[in-house]
Amino acid sequence: MTTPHDIKRGVSLYSYQYETFLRRMTLDDCIAHAASLGARGIEVVSEQSFTGFPDVPQAQIDGWFDSLERHGAYAQCHDMFLDVKLYKDRKLNFEEMVTSLKRDLRFAKRLGCRNVRVIVNTPPEVVVACVPLAEELDVRMGIEVHSPFHFDHPWILRYTELTRATGSDHVGYVPDMGMYTKNYPPVFRDRFLRLGATPKIVEYILEAHAARVLADYVLMDVRKLGGNAVDLQMAETLRHNIWSNPRRMLEFMPWIFNIHAKFYEIDDSGREPAIPYEEIIPVLIEGGYQGHLSSEYEGQRHIEDAFEVDGREQVRRQQDMFKRLLGEA
Amino acid sequence: MYDQHIIYPGSVRNTDDGAGWQFGARLPYYRGQILSAVEDIAITVDGEKIAREQVRFTVRGRTFTLDELETEYVERWEFGEVAQVSVLRPGGLPAGEHQVTAAVQLRISYLPWSPVTSCTTGATIAPAHA
Repeated sequence: MTTPHDIKRGVSLYSYQYETFLRRMTLDDCIAHAASLGARGIEVVSEQSFTGFPDVPQAQIDGWFDSLERHGAYAQCHDMFLDVKLYKDRKLNFEEMVTSLKRDLRFAKRLGCRNVRVIVNTPPEVVVACVPLAEELDVRMGIEVHSPFHFDHPWILRYTELTRATGSDHVGYVPDMGMYTKNYPPVFRDRFLRLGATPKIVEYILEAHAARVLADYVLMDVRKLGGNAVDLQMAETLRHNIWSNPRRMLEFMPWIFNIHAKFYEIDDSGREPAIPYEEIIPVLIEGGYQGHLSSEYEGQRHIEDAFEVDGREQVRRQQDMFKRLLGEA
Repeated sequence: MYDQHIIYPGSVRNTDDGAGWQFGARLPYYRGQILSAVEDIAITVDGEKIAREQVRFTVRGRTFTLDELETEYVERWEFGEVAQVSVLRPGGLPAGEHQVTAAVQLRISYLPWSPVTSCTTGATIAPAHA
């Protein structure tokens, strides 16, 4: 018996970035591939899939809609960025940041996306200032809760306090499953070994990650052990690959609009060795999550130096895993 | 990211006007960037570091010095787009084998540091036609 749920499947086109970069896949190819897996909710990093942002020519937008319709897919989420360091000598001021996010809300509307992934460095006050426009456009803003941040991190707590006070149902979260890195990703380990990490120190870092030792302490230890630059680089990754408890999402579920189903690889057994989806998906079902699981393949950058990247095969494997865990298969 | 793809394969050549040499370059990042975010494109040829002032960047018909890039807030280097990076050096590179390195430094707003991504490739410059 499968527990009933209303979780939808989708793909972030970020997953096919390697093939897109090398012009081996067009925007239409990406949408066609996702839709062929039944992952019909399309999430897009707009500055990757369109040119001329934010003034994307209408022909590209028309092509986007044509492609979605032809393949039976739909626009789900627009991923925005806040270029706070646009100017070398100063950060954007409050008004400039608000203008930038408003621009993205309008762009999401133009793309037909109901959700915007708000990048985690966006100050919560900026999000609050955009609530009236978000409501008017009916576009929801979800802060990306991305490792090293997590739901109990002070920056996210502050976001929660300020956005919750608005009473708006157009503000919430887009958790990135990278904050549930239970096991150190094998693709990271192997790449650091290829780059010249010291095998004994690699073992030490893996044990420290498994024991949840504070990253700063691991770095100090690796220095004391005489670690080389690559060893230190590997130790640094512990800062950004945290494990927190997926059950913390239960409390936030009414405000979770979208899930970034980050993954580094799906191995031959059909599992993600680092991020335990077999633990995460039951939490989403239990919490009554109604949004998308959006595949976000990020392994390409960790294997491109030594292996052929195949984003399509990796997304296919993750979607098969979703079908299994969601009771579709 | 995309380290090995920064220098477009087979693109290292002397410029037609004899003013220097150039190659096609792709942005080593997962989204297009406004040019002001490009802090540096450091070039080395056969172990020799090229002075920043000798480098030019051309995208969609517009050419910039690296200093000019820093205040360009409209024009972009799109994702996967091949721009031209030129080195001013009369006569260009001598015919034969060369080793070229391009290191691109980007100011990424949500990162506390500015990552540098580097690509090295061997290139053959054909003898000039008589």
